[in-house]
Amino acid sequence: MTGKVFGQPIPRLEDQFLLTGTAKFIDDIEIPGMVHAAFLRSDYAHARIKKIDYSAALKRPGVIAVYTAEDFGDYWRPGPLQVPPPTAIKGSQFNARPLVPIAKDKVRFSGEPLAVVIAESRYIAEDAFDDIIVDLEPLPAVVDLEEAWENKPALVHDDLGTNMAALVKQERGNYEEARAKADVVISRKILVNRNAAAAMENRGFVVNWDEREQEMTVWATTQAPIPLRNTIAARLGLFENQVRVITPFIGGGFGPKIMTSQADDVLLPWIAMKLKRPIKWIEDRRENFLATTSERDQVHYAEIALTKDGVILGVKDVFYHNTGAYDPYGMTVPLNTQTHTISNYRVPSFYTEIRMVFTNQMVVTPVRGAGRPEGVFVMERLMDAAARELNMDPAEIRLKNLLEPNELPLRTGIIGQDFVEGVLDSGNYKANLQKLMEMVEYEKFRKEIQPALRAQGKHVGMGIVCFTEGTAVGPYEGARVTIGGNGKVSVATGISTQGQGHFTVFAQIVAEQLGVKAEDVNVVTGDTAHFHWGAGTFASRGAAVAGTAIYNAAVKVREKIFATASKWLEVPPEQIELGDGKVWVKGKPEQFITLGDLAFRANPTRGVIEPGVEPGLEATGYYGPPYGATGAGAVAMIVEIDPETMELKIKRFVIVHDCGTVINPLLLEGQVEGGVSMGIGNAFYEKMVYDENGQLLTASFMDYLMPQATDMPPKIEIGHLTTTSPLNPLGIKGVGEAGAIPTPSAFVQAVEDALFEYQLEIPESNLSPSKIFEYVQKASKKG
Amino acid sequence: MSKLHHVTVTVNGKQYERDVEARMLLSDFLRHELGLMGTHVGCEHGICGACTVIFDGEPVRSCLMFAVQANGHDIRTVESLGTPEKMHPLQEAFHEKHALQCGFCTPGFLMTLVSFLEKHPNPTEEEIREAIDGNICRCTGYESIIEAAKLASERMSAREN
Amino acid sequence: MKPVNFDYYAPTSVDEALDNLAELGYNGKVLAGGQSLIPTLNFRMARPAALVDLNNIPELAYIKPTSDGGLAIGTMTRDSKVEYNPEVAKRFPLLPEVMKFIAHPQIRNRGTFGGAIAHADPAGQLPAVSVAMNATMRLRRKGQERTVTADEFIIGPFMTVLEPDEMLAEVILPPNPPRTGSSYKQVSRQKGGYAQAAVISVVTLDDRNRCKDVRMVLMSVGERPILSQKAREILMGQEASNEAFRAVAEAAATQEADPATDLHATADYRRSLVRVLVVRSLTEAFDRAKRGG
Ligand SMILES: Cc1cc2nc3c(=O)[nH]c(=O)nc-3n(C[C@H](O)[C@H](O)[C@H](O)COP(=O)(O)OP(=O)(O)OC[C@H]3O[C@@H](n4cnc5c(N)ncnc54)[C@H](O)[C@@H]3O)c2cc1C
Ligand code: FES
Ligand code: FES
Repeated sequence: MTGKVFGQPIPRLEDQFLLTGTAKFIDDIEIPGMVHAAFLRSDYAHARIKKIDYSAALKRPGVIAVYTAEDFGDYWRPGPLQVPPPTAIKGSQFNARPLVPIAKDKVRFSGEPLAVVIAESRYIAEDAFDDIIVDLEPLPAVVDLEEAWENKPALVHDDLGTNMAALVKQERGNYEEARAKADVVISRKILVNRNAAAAMENRGFVVNWDEREQEMTVWATTQAPIPLRNTIAARLGLFENQVRVITPFIGGGFGPKIMTSQADDVLLPWIAMKLKRPIKWIEDRRENFLATTSERDQVHYAEIALTKDGVILGVKDVFYHNTGAYDPYGMTVPLNTQTHTISNYRVPSFYTEIRMVFTNQMVVTPVRGAGRPEGVFVMERLMDAAARELNMDPAEIRLKNLLEPNELPLRTGIIGQDFVEGVLDSGNYKANLQKLMEMVEYEKFRKEIQPALRAQGKHVGMGIVCFTEGTAVGPYEGARVTIGGNGKVSVATGISTQGQGHFTVFAQIVAEQLGVKAEDVNVVTGDTAHFHWGAGTFASRGAAVAGTAIYNAAVKVREKIFATASKWLEVPPEQIELGDGKVWVKGKPEQFITLGDLAFRANPTRGVIEPGVEPGLEATGYYGPPYGATGAGAVAMIVEIDPETMELKIKRFVIVHDCGTVINPLLLEGQVEGGVSMGIGNAFYEKMVYDENGQLLTASFMDYLMPQATDMPPKIEIGHLTTTSPLNPLGIKGVGEAGAIPTPSAFVQAVEDALFEYQLEIPESNLSPSKIFEYVQKASKKG
Repeated sequence: MSKLHHVTVTVNGKQYERDVEARMLLSDFLRHELGLMGTHVGCEHGICGACTVIFDGEPVRSCLMFAVQANGHDIRTVESLGTPEKMHPLQEAFHEKHALQCGFCTPGFLMTLVSFLEKHPNPTEEEIREAIDGNICRCTGYESIIEAAKLASERMSAREN
Repeated sequence: MKPVNFDYYAPTSVDEALDNLAELGYNGKVLAGGQSLIPTLNFRMARPAALVDLNNIPELAYIKPTSDGGLAIGTMTRDSKVEYNPEVAKRFPLLPEVMKFIAHPQIRNRGTFGGAIAHADPAGQLPAVSVAMNATMRLRRKGQERTVTADEFIIGPFMTVLEPDEMLAEVILPPNPPRTGSSYKQVSRQKGGYAQAAVISVVTLDDRNRCKDVRMVLMSVGERPILSQKAREILMGQEASNEAFRAVAEAAATQEADPATDLHATADYRRSLVRVLVVRSLTEAFDRAKRGG
């Protein structure tokens, strides 16, 4: 459904500010009289707080105030849960332990705030840490997931009597019966390692309480401005309209910036009201690693049952999921794992069990992928194991088991993060894989290229995998579209933006409907003074959910244009044409009214407006999908390994994906490429490591390796297929996480294939040359 | 308050004078003392490259220098390149090739590449890749940045000939 | 991540700097390029009372030929100046080759040749290279001067023979005899990242292609650069041969390298890299020597 602007690869409208250093980010906000906050954080992962004495800090010049949990009195309280778990899953258990803003009595992860210092500068605030005497009694740290489940070596929340955060069992069909009928059953233990979102900009929070106006303004790097405003207002006993949350330009989100009810947004507004001074907190990189949420870290015991021809009869997966010290985000991540484990394959029987545990580690909430890479990794590992066992080609076994288009929409029988049973709405999964095989010359690679390279002693291997991406989930988003007296269009929506190009794609949607240039559409996102209903930017839902709300509003405005114009041009609406910022009578272009003029006429200062007519060329639209739209795709990756040093080069990376209607192909490719680089990072560079004391060993970029330009393949080859989603009028599915989801699965398969002679079976999602070396050593000893 | 040091520095052709503590990082100085917010800070330990500025003609990390060390020296920041109305050819190329998403890393890439392209007017793709190796971008996957640098180099050398 | 307060000295001559250091004693610390020091200050892992900044002393930044055909490099010479200096490239092709592996261009523009050696990072290239090239360090303190070889200079991880009030002033590189070839081989996780293991070889051949001199250094697999004795024992008087290189590799990996397990690599893996890199490095160095260096 490509139009004049919609569907076109137009470069972004927001770029020139970002390119010239004139875009305003959180740390660019300066307010006269502003003071700076810093959090003193615990070095221990698990400890009882005996005493914190900050009297000396108060004497240091430049220090304004210091607070610990005690100082907040009744204002200190946990939570609320940001995402309560679905109640629809029968028999599921969930122990709610929402985040506490600052540690009281007990520390539960290394990096948890113990005190907040307010000072004239960040430098002085950090100096004051030296003056604070902290007396902590260390406790054994809960680190290992399976031990944690056995309540060993300690309890993270003593009052709970267990480290179990959740237990969820879901089943479709009957796995045990399927297993009994199977020719082969393959069981594996599979690990998915932990990664950081590591947006280039750390988090930040600026708050200004205007005592005279009785109004609070908050600038935050949040992906969820409206929920943030609502919780701040509720906590302080203010009306929502006394709190304005503004998101400046944000330097990347990728998940964790959705979190609210943390030390910054709970404590700093309260302190700002007490001190009557604006406060700024800018997280540094060390804090970001220690105390911004991160994700993955699961241990799966998975099993697949098949016929001897490689037809899947059933899958079983019991997995431990690390939620960290608290579980403010409910069960979103492991539920996504459940729904994505089997998604695009025909799996008649599926048993899945979440064992979510508390540990003395940083809290886990979604990071680009959000449980999906884990599910896909487990399933693809099982498929690889099955292919090997049955002596089948990895592509062949997948083609055999992928769902056909005529099997969709398919109710999966598994309740997901959006509280409803998952439905695969549309897609052509086989076509994705077939197109991928063409692009990567699969047959030729297997039959000619690879044997020839092997004959030369080269170790080149391919991984080929499939994935789905559940996107565009509810509850809803909204938007207001207004034509101004200047003839230009303003759009306001409640989500915030972190580089996805919303200013441009939303403008494209509106421009197409209202016959104006995209440059003449001004989009405001994430400012609660402009629009204050909505949930936020997560689960690749910006374009699909907010975009559809904007579309709905734009369609209403379009109708209003025709109705108003019909009155003034004195012809029926069918005889009116809209374009180039004006309306005119068909065939009589000289009889026209500009949209600006029409906007004035729709909002008269005298005279009569007919009953039932709302003034202005303005409308508000909402959209809430019944369930998410599912994108899908397939990835092939070719790697070459130096078998002496285990150094690895990615020679080719090919991805075919289907995200429904494309609003802007240029931006879409950018999203895919960015996701792929994160996937490559997750597979081969990035790994968060906690030691047995719960200390994070990778709290800097020296140790947490980010993919660099030289780590990327020469080109990310992208193939598009489009099956439009029937769920929304534009047919959009999200795409933000596509690249990140399948990459680790493709990567390990490619490594195994490159080092074919060792018959490796790699059960974990993050590798390094040293790790590969270890697997090869083990295999050589066996062989 | 510890001793203040007088700093006289030329930034983007303009001379500034300030009194600062010795420990103030050059990145903080540019941003918060001089109000030149285009230079970004992503790690403060020398890895991400967001804080890259051109110091006496060479790109360096402004988070790994003290403001006092800039006394008497010449600095160029992203603000020296172009304005939203009239962008530098490299900025234009970034725009056209969609070489930025969140844009937080972008000033660091621009300063690295401007200096690189001045010295290497006709770089290969491989040379560009290596030139930006000390800058991390989380959003783009780098491909579009490399394409933009290539496009800019072609246009910039065409303009000179 | 902001540094603690410190007193700051910006001497403009070596003598002034030596006065500052003498006065400060244990309280003073030299600030060279700052590319290793400032990150540790930002993390507050280092909390010096005073910094003596050498960046305003032009007399410490130079690359000068010595009378015997070698080069003297002032401690404050930026890495990138060494990297692109034609005299360096002509006399010591090893140096520009190695420079490319050190961090990233922006860091080499600021980091200094002497600073990297004085830092004595076991994973740093320049300390190891200075040992392989048999460099001499000129050290100065108020009213005194001494010289030590690179091998003597570095005594452990981040440890040198420098006294608190003493500075490294100059690095003197002796000329390579004719028919000398060198080679640097490293494996790191990423380009510009620290090496997990590296081997540097400097080999001189006689006119019948027999090894007249060999200095092979194992880097990043011990507490300091390891100058291989085994390479000497096995290779002196020998022509290039795979068996000999393999023998050196085996001996170096098992008897000389002493790698540790860290976050990114196990000791076993790094030992295996030594085996591979020794052969690759010696092969290349012999080959280059044969072709005249
Ligand atoms: C991201 C990043 C990556 C890096 N990667 C590498 C790498 O791969 N390989 C590598 O080798 N290095 C690497 N480095 C370090 C870099 O090369 C440093 O420049 C170098 O190690 C130290 O040199 P400097 O001049 O910056 O010294 P400084 O940081 O100023 O000083 C380092 C130490 O040496 C002392 N010192 C310096 N000069 C003298 C002197 N003349 N006399 C007495 N003491 C002195 C200082 O007091 C200090 O203790 C990296 C740095 C960064 C930030
Ligand atoms: S902020 Fe300077 S390199 Fe990251
Ligand atoms: S554009 Fe976001 S980090 Fe580069």
